Amino acid sequence: MFQFIIRRTVGALVTLFLIGAATFFLFVAAPSDYASLACGKDCSPARLEDIRQALGLNLPIHQQFWDFMSGIVMGRDYPTGHCSAPCLGQSFYSGDMVWSTIMDRFPTTLTLTAGGAVVFVIVGVGAGMIAAYRRGTLIDKVATGVSMVLSSFQIYVLGPIVLLIFVYSTGWMDNPAYHPITEDPWTWFTGMLLPVLVMATIFTAQYTRMARSSMIEQLAEEHVRTARAKGMSNKYVFFRYAWRGSMIPIVTVLGIDISAMLGGAVVTEITFSLQGIGRLAVDGAVHKDLPLTMGVMLFGAFFILIVNILTDIAYAYIDPRVRLS
Amino acid sequence: MTTLTKTEDAPAPTGPESFLSVRDLKVQFSTEDGIVKAVDGLSFDVERGKTLGIVGESGSGKSVTNLTILGLHNPRSSSVDGEIVLDGKELVTATERELEQLRGNKMAMIFQDPLTALSPFYTVGRQLSEPFMKHRGASKKDARDRAIQLLEKVGIPQPKARFDDYPHQFSGGMRQRAMIAMALMCDPELLIADEPTTALDVTVQAQILDLLKDLQQEFGSAIIFITHDLGVISNMADDLLVMYAGRAVERGSVREVLGAPKHPYTWGLLSSMPRLDGDINEALEPIPGSPPSLLNPPTGCPFHPRCAFKDEVPGTLCTDSRPPLGEGRASACHLTAEQKQSIFIDKIQPRLR
Repeated sequence: MFQFIIRRTVGALVTLFLIGAATFFLFVAAPSDYASLACGKDCSPARLEDIRQALGLNLPIHQQFWDFMSGIVMGRDYPTGHCSAPCLGQSFYSGDMVWSTIMDRFPTTLTLTAGGAVVFVIVGVGAGMIAAYRRGTLIDKVATGVSMVLSSFQIYVLGPIVLLIFVYSTGWMDNPAYHPITEDPWTWFTGMLLPVLVMATIFTAQYTRMARSSMIEQLAEEHVRTARAKGMSNKYVFFRYAWRGSMIPIVTVLGIDISAMLGGAVVTEITFSLQGIGRLAVDGAVHKDLPLTMGVMLFGAFFILIVNILTDIAYAYIDPRVRLS
Repeated sequence: MTTLTKTEDAPAPTGPESFLSVRDLKVQFSTEDGIVKAVDGLSFDVERGKTLGIVGESGSGKSVTNLTILGLHNPRSSSVDGEIVLDGKELVTATERELEQLRGNKMAMIFQDPLTALSPFYTVGRQLSEPFMKHRGASKKDARDRAIQLLEKVGIPQPKARFDDYPHQFSGGMRQRAMIAMALMCDPELLIADEPTTALDVTVQAQILDLLKDLQQEFGSAIIFITHDLGVISNMADDLLVMYAGRAVERGSVREVLGAPKHPYTWGLLSSMPRLDGDINEALEPIPGSPPSLLNPPTGCPFHPRCAFKDEVPGTLCTDSRPPLGEGRASACHLTAEQKQSIFIDKIQPRLR
């Protein structure tokens, strides 16, 4: 286990470096640069050169890359002050330090992810399992039907409808916004409730369908039949034997979804005008803001790698045939 | 034309003393294509301490019959008719809860493929202990002792250490032994073995068969042994039931059925069996054609499309009416007893030599 974590961590660091390099060089290879964009229409060569110098774009590309990557580990010095590790550089567009911008925005994204995950694991997987347990009954048909309809919705369709009903027409709720949980848990809860629920609704429906089909598949397994042949009760067989195997595909998808959401739930954030990581990623791309794009990219990749490791540990926990070595 | 199917409804090859008695069992599955008659009017008895062999091709209803005895068929897609009486207790109409009390306790099943039939998620020991704890109310420790004792009995080396292993840490033969040990945890009075040795190599197979025989002598259980291996059955069973298309076509003691078979299908089975001392230049004789569709079984005798001797039966009897299976030693065929005997002696026996 310990060895596994060490090995995977080293692997993750190498992967992060490669992702950083790929992002950086792809960005530089793009046929437009930030300096000429910032310089505007009446751009004199001298002014352009000043901007390039100020942003460090005059340096050779490998030098720029090295400065950026080493800054993450050791920190960097800027004319405006020291940027301590992990330093993701200074945004071209806003001039803010990328790391602190990300840290400002992260609680919003984390709330969305955690809230969403709680809802769709409990409600989604739960409903799917109930549907599988009561297969063929009215409960199953309702759960299957509702999840079918909901999973074909999109956040940007459902979101505005919900906003119209709960905010604009009735005024029951305020416009969604993030308030730090440390200041007032209640406003934090109410502020994020609608975005979390709308996002979770769509995911929940997918998890319901997946849990149901995965469960039904497991119930048809021969070892499940053996357990019944031993005289174990239906409930016991369902929760001890079939459940275990059905968790594997669910954990897989859950890992992918959570890590993707931690890297920014772009559609949800934009639909509800929330300032999260996803919004930052879009800003970075729109403004050709290299440090911001790099920062968001590496931040997202970091979570994907971490969650991957956790998923593998979960596999080994669920299925004793999986070994972590 | 008259249909003779009715005669099978009349119960009773043997009296009320039989331990397990199946009467006119019908199992039907409704599928998208129609109703599949997987078992269609099957009757048999098994006594304590005796072994009934059931042979037949894939899809002849062997496994379905035995899953139905345990009540493990899918109640949503299948319907069961007829009677299954185990030691005076009617099982077809029993509730799920009553069946739970019997399964793994009074009746147990050994499944075909020990790789998929044991759960990969729990240790062998836990899987063995569960039924004992449930049915006997035993403590974890007692169940553990019992499981270790049985693992030892079925020949697992170092059973104490192996108790905590997972099935994937066992070899195929050991898994099958563990499976048998699991079925024996509560001293079942009826043991159903569904091709328990098919997945194993021949030496392990022989060990497992010996083991089952020893255990039967020790516990006096009734065994139903399903296989399509006639060699295994001649070694294991006392009585034999030959199934075809969801029905029994021949019944009798093993010696009678294998020594002097009376049904063209049994003849076909015996002729298609390879022999170690056979002439290597002589081709095996398979039964022509393929097993019938149970969605739309042939009229009359279900075997008539593949039967080489139906011309010996006068008229259209074979295609029009289903031959009944009589009581005791019997075969469901329209050929007369004299015809059966002369065909067997003249045409079949020489091939088996």
